[in-house]
Amino acid sequence: MNGSGYVDATLKPEGWNRPPVIEPDGEGELLEVAMGPHHPSTHGVFRMDVALDGERVIRLKPVFGYLHRNHEKLAEGMSYLASMPFTDRLDYICPMTNNWAYALAVETLTGQEVPERAEYLRVICGELTRVVNHASAVGFLIQEMGASGTPLMYAFKEREKVLDLFESLTGARMMVNYMRFGGCRVDATPAWLDGVRKVVAGLPKFVDEFENLLTGNEILMARTQGVGILKSDLAVNAGITGPMLRASGVNYDIRKVDGYGIYNRFKFRVPLGDHGDVFDRFMIRLLELRESLKILEQALKEIPGGPVMDPKAKLRGFRPKPGEAYGRIEAPKGELGFYLISDGSPNPYRYRVRPPSLINLTVLEDMCLGQNVADVVLIFGSVDIVLGEVDR
Amino acid sequence: MKTVEEIKAAILAAVPGAGVEIVANPSVSGQHSLLIAPGSMVAVATFLRDDVDLKLDFLSNATGVDWPDKEISEKVKVTRPVTKTVDGVETVTEETVEETRKRVEPGYLEAVYHLFSMAKGHGPVVIRMRTANRSDKVELPSLTPTWRAAEFQEREIFDLFGIVFTGHPDLRRLLMWDEFKDHPMRRDYVEPDDFEYEPTAHDDVMKRAQEHVARVKAAEAAAVQEGTVAGA
Repeated sequence: MNGSGYVDATLKPEGWNRPPVIEPDGEGELLEVAMGPHHPSTHGVFRMDVALDGERVIRLKPVFGYLHRNHEKLAEGMSYLASMPFTDRLDYICPMTNNWAYALAVETLTGQEVPERAEYLRVICGELTRVVNHASAVGFLIQEMGASGTPLMYAFKEREKVLDLFESLTGARMMVNYMRFGGCRVDATPAWLDGVRKVVAGLPKFVDEFENLLTGNEILMARTQGVGILKSDLAVNAGITGPMLRASGVNYDIRKVDGYGIYNRFKFRVPLGDHGDVFDRFMIRLLELRESLKILEQALKEIPGGPVMDPKAKLRGFRPKPGEAYGRIEAPKGELGFYLISDGSPNPYRYRVRPPSLINLTVLEDMCLGQNVADVVLIFGSVDIVLGEVDR
Repeated sequence: MKTVEEIKAAILAAVPGAGVEIVANPSVSGQHSLLIAPGSMVAVATFLRDDVDLKLDFLSNATGVDWPDKEISEKVKVTRPVTKTVDGVETVTEETVEETRKRVEPGYLEAVYHLFSMAKGHGPVVIRMRTANRSDKVELPSLTPTWRAAEFQEREIFDLFGIVFTGHPDLRRLLMWDEFKDHPMRRDYVEPDDFEYEPTAHDDVMKRAQEHVARVKAAEAAAVQEGTVAGA
C-alpha cells in the first residue's frame, strides 16, 4: 500500500472504544471548518478539521505534522550524547524533564549510577519545570476563555524567575542541555541554591493569589464545569497520562509507581479529580503545583554535597552494550518515555520518543463531540500540548 | 510482577497454540520481550489486557523497528580433493581450506509495544511481532481495537516504517503529508531528488543544487533526443 492508501474510516471493529457518532439534526447545512494551522488557540501549527451542525461539533479530526522534523531519524545518525541538546526542543516549555527522561533511558540501558547530589539537582530542576509548565498551562487556558493576557502574564512573571535560575545554572533560559548520562553537567553553587529557596518561598503566595483570582470566578466555572468530560475507563484504554488522567480520577503518577530517581524519599500527595472535565484538569494542575512546592522544600533542605557526575561515567567513546531499554518519567504533560536499541555502535540503532502530548490528543475528538465550537478551544487548551513534542 | 517465562506459560495456557517466543535482552535493563506470531496477536493482547493477574490495561509505547536484509559472511572449512604432481607421479590428496561464504539473512519490520498495568502498577511487558518481509508482506494485525492508545502510534508506524495494520479503523499517514511516497524511518531511505531553488545556496546545498540541475537538464536532453518532447 502506498502513502495515499486509505482504509475505510467508518469501519468500527469490536471493542473500538468510542462514543456513538453524533448525527446532525437535519436542519441546515453541515459547516466544515479548518481550525488552524494558524489559529491563535492551537499553541503552534496544528489543525483540527471540524464539522459543525450549527454550533455543535459533529466530527473533529486532528491533523499533525506541520512541525515534523523527524527527530528520531536525526538521533540515529549521531552519538548518544549529541541527541541531548535536541531533546530540549521536544517540549520546549519543559526542557529539564526531557533531558531527564533521555538520561534515565540511557542509564537504564547501561546500568549507569547517578551520584546523590545530581539526583537532588534533577529533582529540583524537574519540579521547578513542573511549576513553570502548570502555571503557564493554566494561564493559557484562561487566555483561551477570553481573559486576554492578564492571568497569563501573572504566570509568566513567575516563570521568568525560574528561567533566570535556569540561566544562571546552565547558561540558557530554555535550551538548557543540563543532564548527562550519570549526572548533571555543572554543579550548583550555594548562592544558586539560596536563589531557588527564595523563589520557592515566594511561590505559595503566587499560587494563593492566582487561585483567588480564578478558582471562584463565575465565568470560569460556567465555561469549564461539565465541559469536555473524559471517563476514566476510556482515559486508561487510550493511554492518557499526566494531569489529564488524574483529573479523570485514575491514581497513576509515575513518580509514585516507579519511584525513579529519589522520588520515594519525598512526601507528597497525588491530587485526583472526580468529574474529568476541563475544570478538574485546571484544578489538578494548581494542586499539583502546590505538591511540587512541597517536594522542592524537602529537596532543598536535604541536598547533600559531593560530585554531580559519576567519575566512572564515560562521555567520549560512549558505546553501550547491545540491547534495548525503555525509560520513562512523569513529565509535566504526562508519561515521557525513551526507547533505545543499541547495536554496540556509538549511535543508537533505534531511538524513539514516547510523546505524551501526541497520545493525550487521542481522545480530543471524543471529548469535543456534541460540544459547542467555542468549547473546542477550551478543551484543546486543557489537554496542554506543545507542538514541538507532538510532531517531533 | 511475573517473569517473561511465567507470562509465556500463562499465554500458552489461555491461548492454546499461540506462537510465543522469548527474545532475550542482553543489556542490564533486563527488559526481555515476547515475540508473538501475528496470527495469534489479537487473542494474546486481549488476554494480557483482561487477565486478572497481569491486567496490562495501559499500552504506553508502540513503535516500529526496521531490520534490513543482512549480508553475513562466515568462514567455512571445506575439504576438497587436490591433485598434485610429485616427482612425475600424480597423487590425489585431500586438503582442508577455509572459504568465506556469504549468505543473506532476510530482513523484516518489527512492531514493539510496551505494556504497563495501571491497576496493578507493574510493567513493562514488551511484546513484539514481525512482518514476513520488508516489501510486499508488511501486514500486521492492529492492536487499536484492544488499546485505543495505539491509534495514533500505529498511524505513525504506518507512516514512517510502512507496516500496514489490518483492522485499524483509520489508517492514514500521521506526520508526513498524504501524497508522500516513501517511509522515512526505514534504514535504506533515500531522500528524493526534488531539490528546488534556494536563495542562499552554499557549500553542500549548492553542490546538491548543481547536481539536481544537471540531472534535470540531462533528462530533458534525453527526452528531446527520443522525440518524446518537441525540441525548443
